[in-house]
Amino acid sequence: MLDKTGIAKRIAKEVKDGTYVNLGIGIPTLVANYIPQGFNVVLQSENGILGMGPFPYEGEEDADLINAGKQTVTLLKGASIFDSALSFGMIRAQKVDLTILGAMEVSEHGDIANWKIPGKMVKGMGGAMDLVASAKNIIVAMQHVNKAGESKLLPKCELPLTGIRCVKKIVTELAVLDIVEGGGFRLLERAPGVSVEQIKNATAGRLIVEGEVPEMKID
Amino acid sequence: MINKTVKNAEEAIKDIQDGMTLMVGGFGLCGIPENCINALVKQGTKNLICISNNAGVDDFGLGLLLQTRQIKKMISSYVGENAEFERQMLSGELEVELVPQGTLATRCMMAGYGIPFFPTPAGVGTEVANGKQVINWKGRDYLMEEAFEADFAIVKAWKGDTAGNLIFRSTARNFNQPMSLGGKITIAEVEELVEIGELPADQIHTPGIYVHRIFQGENYEKRIEQRTVIKRS
Repeated sequence: MLDKTGIAKRIAKEVKDGTYVNLGIGIPTLVANYIPQGFNVVLQSENGILGMGPFPYEGEEDADLINAGKQTVTLLKGASIFDSALSFGMIRAQKVDLTILGAMEVSEHGDIANWKIPGKMVKGMGGAMDLVASAKNIIVAMQHVNKAGESKLLPKCELPLTGIRCVKKIVTELAVLDIVEGGGFRLLERAPGVSVEQIKNATAGRLIVEGEVPEMKID
Repeated sequence: MINKTVKNAEEAIKDIQDGMTLMVGGFGLCGIPENCINALVKQGTKNLICISNNAGVDDFGLGLLLQTRQIKKMISSYVGENAEFERQMLSGELEVELVPQGTLATRCMMAGYGIPFFPTPAGVGTEVANGKQVINWKGRDYLMEEAFEADFAIVKAWKGDTAGNLIFRSTARNFNQPMSLGGKITIAEVEELVEIGELPADQIHTPGIYVHRIFQGENYEKRIEQRTVIKRS
């Protein structure tokens, strides 16, 4: 079973050299730490940065320079800054190659819910609806089951949707899966020490197992 | 050049009346028009409808206008981090309309582009689509979203000149630029107000034609919401 760092490390393997990537808040943010050295990957932050760098050194933080999580950040050489309308223009126009974000639920058709729990939590969708509606490739970082042990990989989402038929791949503490045409979670890899049986038990939606499922490799 | 300068925030906002719709710039607390918000608190204008990506925090930004119950409705994309906001929303005292962030920014910008509505895939198949026209174009569904109509846009820029030309700094550009285009009357507060001719014409972000009132703000606090740093070893 993977911890949050393990999920981030595994997702980092999906990031290709020479691409523009938008990372959501939470586990997706950690992915930046594991992108292989020497890769030219440009991070987009939807409040208006291409070429986002690490946090600043103490004393060098700038209130005017933050990321979409409202954290102080820095710019890498060659970075650019733009307004919020242009930022979502490049997202809508599919200039961003990969979006990595968290989810509360994903359905076997690739629907995603991650912005609202009626009666409990209503913080808003932020940029998530725009991102999932337009991204060329979406990878979801999430826990396979909730704290009560219930599956978050479902036949149909129960929470209000963020987007429909958009998720391509999911990395959880138990497995790597992709969404297949016609509906279903295809099991691609197992987390170290996790059996296919465990993954079956934790997946409420249709799970497709084809032949031997390899164990994932993370450093 | 037409001189757009006014003395201060109080003068700039004095004709904002109860029940009006305002665009308020910034992302989180980054680049918010601090002087105008403070002046609105002082003026006591009520029942405001505020279009703003966020709602500030309890004791800063739009949170100040929430504390004094001057806001009737918020139109935002993300409203976490504000306990008073949550309380007013859950009790029904405050109306809230949540709009996807890109749709929000574009609807502000469009008001300044003369585009009445635009099709976007954001929100298709979700509750955001309720009551909206869906059009299918080349096999794909889009929601028709309208340009905002705001009585005033209140933005903050880094530098501006007396003709109303604006330059934003770093990510404080965010919603300030699209909103600066979108108000029936746009008020810009700037950190540094200069004479015409001092800003390079080809580096202006918002041309002065969009800006009706400009003044140099004072005592910027520029509060940081999440101070994340690396310790020097």
